[in-house]
This record gives sequence, structure tokens and C-alpha cells, in this order.
Amino acid sequence: MLYRTAGQFKTSYKADQALFPVRQDAILLMIILAFAWVIFPLTASEFAFQTLLIPIMIYALAALGLNILTGYAGQLSLGTAAFMGVGAYACYKMVTLMPWMNPILAILLSGVFSAGVGVAFGIPSLRIKGFYLAIATLAAQFFLVWLFEKWAWLYNYNASGAIQVPNLEIFGLYVAGPQASSVTQYFVVLGIVTLLTLLCINLTRGNLGRTWKATRDMDIAAELIGINLMKSKLTAFAVSSYIVGVAGALFVFMWRGAAEPNLFDIPLSFRILFIAIIGGLGSILGNYLGAILIVGLPVVLGTVPAALGIPVSSAMIEHLNIMIVGSLIIFFLIIEPHGLARLWALIREKLILWPFPH
Amino acid sequence: MKDSDGYVTADGRQIGGVLMEMKNITLRFGGVVAIHDISFDIREGEIRAIIGPNGAGKSSMLNVISGFYTPSEGEVWYKGSKRPPMRPYEVARLGVARTFQNIALFEGMSVLDNVMTGRLTHMKAGIGAQALWWGRARDEEIANRRKVEEVIDFLEIQHIRKTPVGNLPYGLKKRVELARALAAEPSILLLDEPMAGMNVEEKEDMSRFILDVNDEFGTTIALIEHDMGVVMDLSDRVVVMDYGKKIGDGTPDEVINNQDVIDAYLGVAH
Repeated sequence: MLYRTAGQFKTSYKADQALFPVRQDAILLMIILAFAWVIFPLTASEFAFQTLLIPIMIYALAALGLNILTGYAGQLSLGTAAFMGVGAYACYKMVTLMPWMNPILAILLSGVFSAGVGVAFGIPSLRIKGFYLAIATLAAQFFLVWLFEKWAWLYNYNASGAIQVPNLEIFGLYVAGPQASSVTQYFVVLGIVTLLTLLCINLTRGNLGRTWKATRDMDIAAELIGINLMKSKLTAFAVSSYIVGVAGALFVFMWRGAAEPNLFDIPLSFRILFIAIIGGLGSILGNYLGAILIVGLPVVLGTVPAALGIPVSSAMIEHLNIMIVGSLIIFFLIIEPHGLARLWALIREKLILWPFPH
Repeated sequence: MKDSDGYVTADGRQIGGVLMEMKNITLRFGGVVAIHDISFDIREGEIRAIIGPNGAGKSSMLNVISGFYTPSEGEVWYKGSKRPPMRPYEVARLGVARTFQNIALFEGMSVLDNVMTGRLTHMKAGIGAQALWWGRARDEEIANRRKVEEVIDFLEIQHIRKTPVGNLPYGLKKRVELARALAAEPSILLLDEPMAGMNVEEKEDMSRFILDVNDEFGTTIALIEHDMGVVMDLSDRVVVMDYGKKIGDGTPDEVINNQDVIDAYLGVAH
């Protein structure tokens, strides 16, 4: 009843191609954006910013980048974390070599470097696909992490081998480093994530998106109807790695504050792949749902016993976390193998009909 | 029939000059000769059938035309000039569109998106404009949507336009595939067994669409088909292949009276 679409007629192709052709979708999005831009910043605690809001958005952005490549263009990648690392190190080098640079500009530019590296490691995709390509991207994963460790220039010859985010300011307002406030960082992350998400929605529903999906669904037919597969795959690698690189820069500069090479090791790649798969491959919304589940759930599980006054040791909570999150992942994949986004699509379809059965 | 001005068909349509010409095409896979020294032409506006028993090399021939295979020997002439070796997507951009024997739709996309992919050779907006959904990108989406809707209208698939292709029955999938090929506004349309696996009614529908396409848009059509009744009714000229060789070429009447063709289909005592 709430979701009734009857009576919403489109009289032009332009109206039919609008971002949200169903009015209720637009309203729902407005509500979410209002929460994200106004209500959360006013009400959230420091803890909520640092453990929920900021990481969920950064993880969702990284998953979005991976989803462009794997979900839309059908090229499996296991090197996400390494490409995040490229973004983070590129950003670090830029702000230390050119301290006058606007840090937000540096973050957005750092994606360009990871896009370049992504395209280079995407070249094997022209010859191999599926699991074999995944192994090739795994090579990128190992090589790049090794490079972060061995190439001392990248971390400015630090004794610790880690990169430390300096204090960075825009017009006197600290946006990164120890002095930056969580609210400021939250807004920076939110702004970049909102912008990139919007651009991705447009890309995936337009000509390039159709090109990617055609490449994913049937590459031979795609080539025979006029798609240059090389261009299609490499643009997917470029766009994907750009987003992943920006996510990596945000990851270190807006959240972690410091990073060692092994932060970008394979567990992070898998974590982002989980988010993309559980959220739903080939979906934009899914990345957010997946990130909320994977990042948010452990935090909620960790705080609930304390809030209820149940004395549980922190080690116990951690173990419980792994067990509960693990079983929930299996549960969600069984009830909907196509991810949370599909689950939402089904609920939405039911809501459109509700309360009538047909 | 060999004059360059074309000819008039039995039903009185004027057929134009040579659009595509295969000159001494030979195609080898290692030691196997799939096509042996075949020459024929396809004229503007005609419906040209390629027939033959299983394994005769018909699909290989279509794959040579669409650029999926590069012939080992011989030349493909298109619109009056020799076609250099090129990738299939480049051939498609020259105005060659095709359908597939085993349906090759993009299962994860809606009918509308599938047909829109057929238009992508006509869309030129850069990645920046597309990301912003602004200017040229938006105008192109709307202009091409209009074209696509015309094709959807023509093939009577309006009611399924937003359905995911994976959920459609076989006959409709075949029609969507034809829609995708037509959306490209090709100069030459290649149909690889457009009626395979269809019942009589679906075959009649498909035949009607093929004739309508030819009639309304003047599209040149080259098709492979096993149903002899359909081939003889639809096509203006027929190439007959057997074991990679051309054994007959001419109007349907000429071909069915050709002794080699009869032998190939019915078998002959050696």
C-alpha cells in the first residue's frame, strides 16, 4: 500500500529514465540522505562515528568498486586490498611531497594511481577469465603488498615502515590526522561516497554499464554486436580501481590514521569480497547493505551484552562475534544467494502488491 | 543474374547491386577443411539463404561473414571494397548484425537493456558525460530509446520490455535476439537458424517478421535454416553447401531441381 506504483504513468522516455522512476524510492532515498547528512552528524557519538558510520561507508565504497568489476563486468578480482593500498600510499606521497595540496583533492587524485595500476593488472583479463583471472589478480595482491613493504620511498624511509597520517587542514579545519574531529571526517567521507555512488549509478545504467553487463553475461555475443571487449574490460578495471583506490585513501586518512603494509593483505580483500557477495553482485545498494552487515553487526553484537548488563569477557565476545556473523552470512546466502539487494527487491515487489495477493 | 544492376524477384521486388561478396573462401582448422573454396555474393535487399546438411560448414560461413573467423584463404568484399582482417566488433560497426543458433542474449539484463545494447555502436558519449548523465549522454539515451522502442513495437514485444530476459520462453527470446540485431540498423542481417526449435505457429510469426524487416527497412538478410519449406518460401536465392563445398547456387526452384543438391540431401548410392 505504501509502495503502490499504480497511477504513476510516464509520458516521456526522459521520465522513464529518471534516476528513481518510482516516487516512493525517491522518498525513501531522501529519508536516508536526511539521516546521513543531518540526523547522524547531530546525534552520533564519537564511538558511533569511529566504529560504525565512517567504516561502513568506506567499506561500502570499496565494495562498490569491486562490484563494478566483478558484479557488473564479470571479472573476478582478489586484489582489492592491494589496490586500496595503492590509493592510500599514493595519497600519502602526495600530501607529504606537496603539503600545500588540498587533502580532498589528494584523496580524489590518489584513485588515478590505483586506476593505472588496476589497468596494468587487468591486462591478463583479455586472455583469461573466471578463476584463472582471480589467480592473476592474486598475484597483484602479493606483489603490491611486497612492494609497500620493500620500497622505502613509499613510506618516506620511516623506521617503522608504516605510514602515519599527518595533520591536514582545509581553511584551518583539520580533516585528517590526530587533530581532526570525527564529524569533519564523517562529512568528508560522506561527501565523497555520495558523489561516487551517484556517478556509479549513472555509469551502470548507461551505455557503459550495458557494455559491462554484456561482457559479463556473454562475451562472444558482446563482441559480435560491436563491443570492444578490451576496452570494456579495461574501463571496468580503471573505474573499479579508481573507486577502490579512493576508498583505500579514505580508509587510512579518514579512519585508521596509520597503516602498515600488511593492513592491505588478503584478509581485507576477502572482507570486501564478502561484502560485495552478501550485499549482492551487480547491485549498488547491496554494497551498503553488505557493509552494514559485515562491519555493523560485530559492533552491535559487541555492545549488546554490556548494555544488558551481562558480564561477558571481551575475548568471549570476539569469539561469539565470529560465530554469529559467520552463521548469519551462511543464513543470508541460503535464503537469498543473490544477496541482500535481491532480498530487498523481493520485499519491495511484495510491498507494491500488498495488501492484495495479486 | 550476374549483371551488377541486380534483378527482379518472382514477387516483383527490385534487388540491388552486390553488397557483400565472398571470393574463394577457404577456412581450415588445423587439418580440417571446414570451407573449401566457396564464392558467392549477397545483393542489396535480398534474402539469401545458406542451406546444407549438418556439418556442411554453414555456421562457419556465417562466422566468416561476421568476422568471428578469419578465412585461411580468400577475400571478403563489402560495399565495393576488400575487407581487411578485423576484429568481430569492428565488423559489427560496419553494419553487420547477427543472431545466434543457440540464443546468446544477456540473461542478466532486461529486454529493453538487451535491445539497447544493439544500439551501442550508435552511441558516442564519453565516460564523463555518462557518469553525470548529462548533455550528450542523456540526449543519446533518449534518442536511442526512441529507436529501440520502434523496434520493440515492430516485433510486438512491448509487454515484456522490462522483464529480465532469463525469465522468457524460448520463442520470445529468439524474437528479442532479432530485436537486438535490428536495433543496430544493420546493412546486412545474419540469422543463424532463426527458427530452430520452434513450433509451427512460432515459425510462422518469425517468417512474417523476417519478411517484414526486409520489406519495411529494406534490410539485406542472409540466413541459415534447416526447415526447407521456410527457406524455399522466404529466400530469393539459395546457396547449398555440403562437406564445406558449394554444390548449388540459385533461386529456390533452380536449387531443388539440382541433382547434386538432391543427392546431398537424400544420399546417393556409391
